[in-house]
Amino acid sequence: MLRNARLFAVLVLSLFMATLSLSVAARAADFAASLEKFAADDFTETAAAVDDIAISGSPNAQKVLEALGNARLFFDPQTKKVYIGETDNSYSDAATGAKVATPPAGLQTVRVNNRLRRNIDMAIGTLTLLSPDAGRRQQAADSIFKSRDAATLPALENALKAEKNAAIARTFTEARAAILLSQPDTPRADMLSAVSVLRGRADIGAIAALRSIPDKADADVKAAANDAVAAIESRLKLISYVQNVWYGLSLGSVLLLAAIGLAITFGVMGVINMAHGEMVMIGAYTTFVVQDLIRTRAPNLFDWSLPIALPLAFLVTGLIGVIIERGIIRFLYGRPLETLLATWGVSLILQQAVRTIFGPNNREVGAPSYMSGAFDFYGLAITWGRMWIIVFTLVVFLTLLAALKWTALGLHMRAVTQNRRMASSMGIRTPWVDALTFGLGSGLAGIAGVALSQIDNVSPNLGQSYIIDSFMVVVFGGVGNLWGTLVSAFALGIANKFLEPLAGAVLAKIFILVLLILFIQKRPRGLFALKGRAVEA
Amino acid sequence: MSSIKIGRRGLLAGIIGGAMMMSAALPAFAQETIKVGILHSLSGTMAISETTLKDVMLMLIDEQNKKGGLLGKKLEAVVVDPASNWPLFAEKARELIAQQKVAAVFGCWTSVSRKSVLPVFKELNNILFYPVQYEGEESERNVFYTGAAPNQQAIPAVDYLMSKDGGEVKRWVLAGTDYVYPRTTNKILEAYLKAKGIADADIMINYTPFGQSDWQTIVSDIKKFGSAGKKTAVVSTINGDANVPFYKELANQGIKATDIPVVAFSVGEEELVGVDTSNLVGHLAAWNYFESVKSPINDEFIAKWQAFTKNPKRVTNDPMEAHVIGFNMWVKAVEKVGTTDPDKVIDALPGIEAPNLTGGISKMLPNHHITKPVMIGEIRKDGQFDVVWKTKDLVPGDAWSDYLDGSKDLEADWVGKKCGNFNTKTNKCGS
Amino acid sequence: MITKYIVSRLDGMGLMFLAVMAVVAVFVPLSNLLLPPTSAFHVPTYLMALIGKYLCYAILAVSLDLVWGYCGILSLGHGAFFALGGYAMGMYLMRQIGTRGVYANPILPDFMVFLNWKELPWFWYGFDMFPFALLMVFLAPGLLAFVFGWLAFRSRVTGVYLSIITQALTYALLLAFFRNDMGFGGNNGLTDFKDILGFNVQAQGTRATLFFLTALSLILAYLLSRWMVTTSFGKIIVAIRDAESRTRFLGFRVEHFKLLVFTVSAAMAGLAGALYVPQVGIINPSEFSPANSIEAVIWVAVGGRGTLVGAAVGAILVNFLKTVFTSGFLAPYWLFLLGAIFVIVTLAVPKGIIGTLNGYYERWRGEDGEARWHRKSADDTTAATSNETGAGAKIHG
Repeated sequence: MLRNARLFAVLVLSLFMATLSLSVAARAADFAASLEKFAADDFTETAAAVDDIAISGSPNAQKVLEALGNARLFFDPQTKKVYIGETDNSYSDAATGAKVATPPAGLQTVRVNNRLRRNIDMAIGTLTLLSPDAGRRQQAADSIFKSRDAATLPALENALKAEKNAAIARTFTEARAAILLSQPDTPRADMLSAVSVLRGRADIGAIAALRSIPDKADADVKAAANDAVAAIESRLKLISYVQNVWYGLSLGSVLLLAAIGLAITFGVMGVINMAHGEMVMIGAYTTFVVQDLIRTRAPNLFDWSLPIALPLAFLVTGLIGVIIERGIIRFLYGRPLETLLATWGVSLILQQAVRTIFGPNNREVGAPSYMSGAFDFYGLAITWGRMWIIVFTLVVFLTLLAALKWTALGLHMRAVTQNRRMASSMGIRTPWVDALTFGLGSGLAGIAGVALSQIDNVSPNLGQSYIIDSFMVVVFGGVGNLWGTLVSAFALGIANKFLEPLAGAVLAKIFILVLLILFIQKRPRGLFALKGRAVEA
Repeated sequence: MSSIKIGRRGLLAGIIGGAMMMSAALPAFAQETIKVGILHSLSGTMAISETTLKDVMLMLIDEQNKKGGLLGKKLEAVVVDPASNWPLFAEKARELIAQQKVAAVFGCWTSVSRKSVLPVFKELNNILFYPVQYEGEESERNVFYTGAAPNQQAIPAVDYLMSKDGGEVKRWVLAGTDYVYPRTTNKILEAYLKAKGIADADIMINYTPFGQSDWQTIVSDIKKFGSAGKKTAVVSTINGDANVPFYKELANQGIKATDIPVVAFSVGEEELVGVDTSNLVGHLAAWNYFESVKSPINDEFIAKWQAFTKNPKRVTNDPMEAHVIGFNMWVKAVEKVGTTDPDKVIDALPGIEAPNLTGGISKMLPNHHITKPVMIGEIRKDGQFDVVWKTKDLVPGDAWSDYLDGSKDLEADWVGKKCGNFNTKTNKCGS
Repeated sequence: MITKYIVSRLDGMGLMFLAVMAVVAVFVPLSNLLLPPTSAFHVPTYLMALIGKYLCYAILAVSLDLVWGYCGILSLGHGAFFALGGYAMGMYLMRQIGTRGVYANPILPDFMVFLNWKELPWFWYGFDMFPFALLMVFLAPGLLAFVFGWLAFRSRVTGVYLSIITQALTYALLLAFFRNDMGFGGNNGLTDFKDILGFNVQAQGTRATLFFLTALSLILAYLLSRWMVTTSFGKIIVAIRDAESRTRFLGFRVEHFKLLVFTVSAAMAGLAGALYVPQVGIINPSEFSPANSIEAVIWVAVGGRGTLVGAAVGAILVNFLKTVFTSGFLAPYWLFLLGAIFVIVTLAVPKGIIGTLNGYYERWRGEDGEARWHRKSADDTTAATSNETGAGAKIHG
């Protein structure tokens, strides 16, 4: 690669400056010839073709490379001709760009591997440095920063001169610095200024670039680089604490989401619902069904799948909850240990039922665009999915609090749980309230399932993995106290995330459990225990 | 008083009598057919993987019967459900052999299930075909291992990543679920990598509990580890269920296969059915079979399988292929000796050859492992794999790893030495 | 004299149970060893192993019934004590393998050799001696139960809270034993046993003896439990179950009584585990899984909580159904059935099989004082528990 660097660089440069000496016809012939290499179905040949196409200067080059990267480039084994599969399912001839009405039968995809994918990214990066689209230029800059490919330097410097957007220009500068640092023959002064540029970037990528300094670089350059690495690392260390808190909040929000329904059924009603986890699972399966229907019927609505699934999951699981309450639990009030056994039985039945209906395998639930990817927040890498789950959890929590406080059902629920007989004699239909309360708890589990489908397996075993944790959260927080549940979920989440780097994921979990057991001895009624006469029977 | 007594006695008698009746009534059918035991979990946590293997066995037996059965008799599948419960595996194995008098058993997925049925197979002298890649360090007379040993999966995968095509990886994350298979595989890989000159500082080992669903910290650690300026790869022995959240977190934190490739040993076509693979393109898996391999025998198999399951989207995977090979080998061995007597079949099996589904001929070795091609596949958008590398020849399975202190001198040879742990230093079996 | 004393402690159901168990204990091993396989009365080894396993579960169920049925402590972690006893026995059996392991290491078990352990961890010392191992079978679960119970009962953790932390206990142990670094063989557990006290564990004679010992242990466990619950001590623990605060106000040190029952029960569960391991041939962390412990609770509920005999019968019955429903065409429906048993028993047969039969029996005999007392205490339980949970229900928000 590097051996050809100069040639490559010159050619790329010349392409962009439109000072080509080759004739258009000759280039077209070269381009067609290099395309033919794709038909060899051999990685080495494909790699050669990528290199050739990158310097061919053909207006079609970028399109071909992108198609290759996205597995939309095909070849006909008979004629050795290469076609591009367009996004609208039509085909065009890769050599000419002309549409092909009926593509030949037996087209095969041109296969790529990771090495090729890197080459393609690099080539496209170089080709799109001057793209009118700012997003693409940023991407190109990022990919060059990662690859530190010296061959792109001339093109990069050229692009840097033309760049108007300050943010992109900075990335270009950083990419340039990274390349300069990795070259042994860079002058010392340039090296030092590159170090300071990267020190300013101050992230993991900068460390990687700073560590790539060749061994024969000057001692003071090395020292400066080491210094910069140390500075960045200490900054990153600080960030990592914040990051741990964030991870803890995120884990806590998952725990809270899984436990919040339980806080209603167990905390408020005193019913131990071991089938709670299965409600979460059914909520996740509802999401799967919704997405499946959307995929086949209305693919453009895919981003709406979660908002559509939420009320559905709430209704489905809420209804199942009401059925369980009317069919089983109402006969068992006042016998909490028996409800535990009965609902455990229900959970086994639901699990195996789902396994029978949907099969034992995981089901695919995709992430809508706003749930995927990450963004950078003052050095913190925050994934969108996790962030929305935290926001969602808090919204659910506050809505629930408000509903309990200000709606008629909430008032009735509180009345019934505080004094059933009194409530009944005030004209509240207590059985009805019981059923609705249990339905509410189950429905909350269902919407938790929608959110959890984004980060976990959607399989019949989904619920089991949350049930014990959920009980711990509710018991730790203090039964009957929603705020306690909130605090305990976040406390457990953050504690877990700080223990994990110290002790490893397995021991961290064991420690948390042991601490919980000991804590319960100290405060048998949880963190925020209810006080007063009502507690001791 | 007396009326109750009768009621109670009736109950107890019924329990024992019922069990006895079951045991007495069932062997009555055994005269007409040759019974084949299928010991895969159909409920519980392992049903996710094992149900498919039960189906493939039913298909194979069905086909064999269409061809006229075996030794002039029809084959009869005896399906039991050990319900992902390890002691129940032992109980069901005993039931299959002692009560149902099966000629051979095809089953188990996890190592612990195999370990729990082992004593039963040894005591009652029957044959188990075990179809899943495992940690090795075992060679038993009654077990035939048709899945990959570590040298048929882990080591070639690492070799590939060290090669130019694989990206010349210099830094390694060995991430696994905390149980015996990942522990052993990682021990072997660690020794192998060190033998290849990789420094301690360039190897990161991480274990997580079963069903780990929160991967934020670990993925960000991997990201950090990968930023040292050397090409980094992750070797994942993460157990089935934990993979989906792991891959989701990788995708969310923006780790692409071109940055830090992940090569997995427990992720195949079946596992990917539940994942949105568009962000995973390029991550790798090492297996001895991929559904995407083009060969006439594989095309035929896939067509038959999809017809049998009446599901045109049903995928195939590596352990299924292992059962296909194992079953065909067993059929050939039985035909060769003209009986299903376990002792004779066990002696006949080494040396038997059967075509694998990727176009080669696999052979049963004297150490009860088989020869297999090793392939590296990259995940495609459609949840299938592109084979990017393949061994030229079939690799013979090695029961005892050459990279572990305890086992490097051991050798399994059930033909010449008649033992599974022959020590080449002391020239003795066992010590 | 002793016989008379024992008989005086038993009811009709108990006598019946003991008689059946004595017959089983003697008949099954003898028929397996002496009768030819062609005989109609021959019990095949397969069946003997199966019944032996059921009987181990029955001991576990009796131990659970002792704490749940008589003392009101619903332990959702009794599987942990069972497994600890099993591990103690398993460690002894591992040490007996000696140089017959695949790596022929005289000291280290196989799983340690291939994971490059250099020396035996300290907690494995002594397990090569049977008396020590036997002691640990009782001591390990007993001690854990003692410490756990001492903490929990002293701070008056009761009812549902106790159930949930016992579940947390077994879950934590499950995770811990899964870890390979703990030195208990990780997920695979301990297996490939050869000898017990010099006898081959797979030999028919050894199996028959183990079966006899298991049946004998069940009888002894039953007698011990029966003795505990029929003495004045038993009256107090029933009083604790029915009205804990009242008993405390009467001047009894409630936590001491609970602690004793809990510890004895745990040791009994440990014995069950120890007998289970050589017969099944493997012990691994899945025995710690919370689902197993909950399943044990349902055995007791099916047979009849607070009847002891019922617990044993329930364990045998449910496990027999499990055997039947996990074979052949019924195979995928086992979980449906198990789930249905949970629901139906709690809803329709809350007293369990034996409890219901006892009810009929007493009605047939005419209600004597004893029966009325039983009924009344049952009503008290309901009232007491409903008070406690009703109180916890209050919304703060």
